[in-house]
Amino acid sequence: MKTAFKLLLSSVAMALAAPAVAALNVFACEPEWAALAQELGGDKVAVFSATSAQQDPHRIEARPSLISRMRNADLLICSGSELEVGWLPLLFTQGGNDRVQPGSSGYIEASQYVVKLEVPRVIDRSLGDIHPGGNPHVHLDPRNIAKVGQVITARLEQIDARNADTYRARAENFNKRWDAAVEKWRQQAQPLKGMAIVVYHKDMSYFINWAGLREAGSLEPKPGIPPTPTHLAELVEQMKRTPAKAVVYSPYNNPGAAQFLSQRTSIPVVPLPFTVGGTPKAKDLFGLFDDTIERLLAAAK
Amino acid sequence: MHRNVLCAVALAAATPLGHAQESLPQVREELKKLQEQVKELEGRVKDAEDTATQAAAQAAVRPQTASALNPGVSVILNGVYANLSKDPTTYRINGFVATMGDVAPPTRGFSLGESELGFAANIDHNFRGTLIASVSPDNDTIGVEEGYIQTLALPRGFTIKAGRFFSAIGYQNQIHAHAWDFTDAPLAMRVFLGGQLNEDGVQFRWVAPTELYWDLGTELGRGRAFPASLSDSGKNGAGSLNFFTHIGGDVGDSISWQTGLSHLRTNPSNRTFDDPTASVTNSFTGTSRLWALSGILKWAPNGNSTHNNLKLQGEYFHRNEDGTLVFDSPGAAVPNGYNSQQSGWYVQGVYQFVPMWRAGYRYDQVDSGSAAIDTPASFPSLAGYKPKKHTLMVDWSPSEFSRIRLQFARDYSRMNEPDNQIFLQYIVSLGAHGAHTF
Repeated sequence: MKTAFKLLLSSVAMALAAPAVAALNVFACEPEWAALAQELGGDKVAVFSATSAQQDPHRIEARPSLISRMRNADLLICSGSELEVGWLPLLFTQGGNDRVQPGSSGYIEASQYVVKLEVPRVIDRSLGDIHPGGNPHVHLDPRNIAKVGQVITARLEQIDARNADTYRARAENFNKRWDAAVEKWRQQAQPLKGMAIVVYHKDMSYFINWAGLREAGSLEPKPGIPPTPTHLAELVEQMKRTPAKAVVYSPYNNPGAAQFLSQRTSIPVVPLPFTVGGTPKAKDLFGLFDDTIERLLAAAK
Repeated sequence: MHRNVLCAVALAAATPLGHAQESLPQVREELKKLQEQVKELEGRVKDAEDTATQAAAQAAVRPQTASALNPGVSVILNGVYANLSKDPTTYRINGFVATMGDVAPPTRGFSLGESELGFAANIDHNFRGTLIASVSPDNDTIGVEEGYIQTLALPRGFTIKAGRFFSAIGYQNQIHAHAWDFTDAPLAMRVFLGGQLNEDGVQFRWVAPTELYWDLGTELGRGRAFPASLSDSGKNGAGSLNFFTHIGGDVGDSISWQTGLSHLRTNPSNRTFDDPTASVTNSFTGTSRLWALSGILKWAPNGNSTHNNLKLQGEYFHRNEDGTLVFDSPGAAVPNGYNSQQSGWYVQGVYQFVPMWRAGYRYDQVDSGSAAIDTPASFPSLAGYKPKKHTLMVDWSPSEFSRIRLQFARDYSRMNEPDNQIFLQYIVSLGAHGAHTF
């Protein structure tokens, strides 16, 4: 009781002592949007990512620390397309923050600004945890980063008009670097065209589409359903007939199933960063694509 | 293909004849370069065409009808097989006033649990509405578990909720039964909250602008259910008043926690209860003050709960009731001075040891204390007792939307009559994807 009271007192003190925050608070649901907001906002923004590369963005709880971050956010950037449907709606109702509610200028649903892949024709839960709006993991097509970046810059200018010039200059600088990088990656990724890979979850689709890879199968029998022995046995048989070049998985996936398939088919396992922070080299968005392409090229040889 | 040819022709035409002989290798090189450029441009055109086709396809599947604005609908179904060593119709928790709530175990054998129907949507930019109805399988009634609106557009961390909602007293009271980690409610919730307390009223809540989560709130209710009067109090003002506060945060990436304190005050007037041991109906009038302290700690490696995770949860309740206990209120109506200090707690841990599989244990204990009653012999069921209970469960969740659970319990709620309980239960959800509260 006493300690609880002390805690209460100290938080009152903290609440009162909270300084007038100068930087714009950006709440990003995923690390890729946090990285993009940081590129575009520089020191004018304080960016918080609700998830890390080690966490499955489907399976997050509306825990207290997220509610308090949401309460103070000036701009919210999430993938959308129901990726965060299990936790974000609660943050909206619990956070008591009118600035970032859907429809307001502080709310960006990234997937609404790009062309989505795998929009299901049939919507039924027997098909797994499918997203009626299409595949939400849009950031792995580098062209989508540029598109969402434009939206973020426009909102930053709108919300924080005082620093509009800074945001415009930063955007120009970023776009120049990004366009050059995309061109470089396009050249580098040429040998990946037609390369068959087995994915864990359907979270690589946008990269596969951009680089011209071919998805030969997925370790999950259905989206969101963990790998089962029956399904893995089928995959082993399939891979023996028509082997893929690599079995890839993301940092939040359990490597067990990928290793199982690899051991029985001698197809190499390639852990991919998936998002910023997913591997030591994927420190920022540039590193994310550099490392993803590099790892796949090594497997393609 | 013919674009390349055209380019070559154009290039040839543009090259003055006189220079052709001396710079042939140069021309060839330029031609090669141009061919490469054309090839790349073709690639880009194809990309653009693909994008356009997909965009058209997407536009075509977008729902055009009015039903696109229907609220999200979800249905929860659950069923249970119960094997009980004691007849559930004789269920009582010795030492405590019967709450007249839904606290007894389900009937022996197979039974359908309450089915839940949920509707939720944003009403407009200011409000969100939620209705959760429960359909009782046996007496053909539909009850409203929760039906409330809440604000979306208030700034500075404020939210207001109005309607019927699960009261923010303790932790588990606010969570729907289908999301509980055990089949039944802890004993402490049964004796102090009548199973689960939903109040008609208004809730004001404020979240502090701190990085450490901190909220403060209050609820003004009509006092429609235990521990308030079960019948209409006839008051214009609030029949129940609840104050609550929570603090929570993260420790590193792997641990998150929350603790809460709440205080519920009601003034029950003629709150009746049946005494199962003496077969009479008694009633209580006076004041009821309940304190609840709760703590939750969740662990998952790197915050990724997909493979392994652990959840520890505990609550402590303390209640003071002071007033008049009337023996046989519909008949003889003998008043008795009454004052009780009662408490209870439980702790539980649930561990997911492999994906889809969890196991858990809960220990329950409540202490009736010895109430000061003028003539204790008139109220045999209120004689001092410390009911306790051990519960073990294991459950399997093949997807986010289904769960099958096996639970064993040894329940000492009845004085000197331990009840061995086995439950096999399924819980599934259909429709809109629910959100997971902490």
